[in-house]
Amino acid sequence: MDSRAIRAEMPRLRRYARALLGDRAAADDLVQDTLERAWRRLAQWRAGSDLRAWLFSIMHNLRVDQLRQPSLSTQALDDGDEAPTRPTQSDQLELVDLEAALRQLPDEQRAVLLLVALEEMSYAEVAAALEIPLGTVMSRLSRGRERLRLIMEGRPLAANLRVVR
Amino acid sequence: MSQVSETDLQAWVDARLAPPRRHEIDAYLAEHPNQAERLRAYQAQKRAIKALFDPVLDEVLPENLRTLAEASAMPAVDRPKTALFSRWSLQRLAAGLLVALLGGVAGWLGHAQYQSGERLAQMAPLPRQAAVAHVVYSPDVRRPVEVTADQEEQLVKWLSKRLGTPISPPKLGAVGYELVGGRLLPGNSGPVAQFMYQDASGQRLTLYLTTENAGKVETGFRFAREGQVNVFYWVEGKFGYALSAGIDKNELAKVATAVYDQLDRAK
Repeated sequence: MDSRAIRAEMPRLRRYARALLGDRAAADDLVQDTLERAWRRLAQWRAGSDLRAWLFSIMHNLRVDQLRQPSLSTQALDDGDEAPTRPTQSDQLELVDLEAALRQLPDEQRAVLLLVALEEMSYAEVAAALEIPLGTVMSRLSRGRERLRLIMEGRPLAANLRVVR
Repeated sequence: MSQVSETDLQAWVDARLAPPRRHEIDAYLAEHPNQAERLRAYQAQKRAIKALFDPVLDEVLPENLRTLAEASAMPAVDRPKTALFSRWSLQRLAAGLLVALLGGVAGWLGHAQYQSGERLAQMAPLPRQAAVAHVVYSPDVRRPVEVTADQEEQLVKWLSKRLGTPISPPKLGAVGYELVGGRLLPGNSGPVAQFMYQDASGQRLTLYLTTENAGKVETGFRFAREGQVNVFYWVEGKFGYALSAGIDKNELAKVATAVYDQLDRAK
């Protein structure tokens, strides 16, 4: 294979991992694990097939493994520079809010939403990368977007509607 | 118009509809302002997510990822398939063994000295401590140091504060080694500092710096060999220095001299 191709995908893998995990160090760790696994499994990659989709599905599987493991919550040591932000103050606040709101989505909804928004994958590509049926992609996308909208607008989520009086 | 589904609406947000259907949905939304508002909010989300995370694309790749990418740039034929990884694994294994061995020795010594009640017995000698710290951290690809050299000022401040005395990493560029960064480690009775350096080929060496030697006899340069690691060490004033690397003794001596000269000049 053209090995420069993997390098070319790294910025996108990092962007997605950062958006998915929020934490810079954790995201880069996930990218590193992805590359290491990709190297070990290079034989399984069929030349001519979509390298990006393959890498994203490796990353997804690693993430699923991570979520299955009971883990200690750790604080990154080297997070001096925070998430990228745009220049103006109000924009910055808005974007930080968005990041916090994304954190509140269930992991599986966030993954679908980010692959569509950041990677501009087709729904079928998302289904392949996450190894889920197309219908599941659509329902997660729809629910994730609505949930994010309600959070951003400061409105109560469906689950919180049963308010005790 | 056929019935409008949620899938149609999501696909409209993502501009995935072919023109005839898209126009139908446009017409539907004109009549359903609430839905239109909802979908516009989704489009705004999408733009905001991109704005928030697109800058990651322009970031310089962290060194560990770059290394991996460069490993991948080698032609598969020339590259023993998992050489890179097995080398790391071997080093990690060696680190594990050395730590285990040290534990054993310390335990045994502790036992021998148990009746005398001297804690001194559990103290590892300087070159041994330094070599173990070297073997444990220098092969670490992801986080060899706690604070990287690009934050040298903070590193110096932090380590000086923790060791309770001003310290700073010597500059070894003249002998071919650049600072990677540093970390704080537990010594026999308190904090010690480790600075890590790397040459152009990725060969790493570490300078281990303790202040636990107050009152001890000063020594000149001494050499010790701990497994695969060569160590030059010396005690001067309250400081104990140990320079460790898996490189040839003569080359290490050159670096140790450079370190020594700088510390000497600094006084």
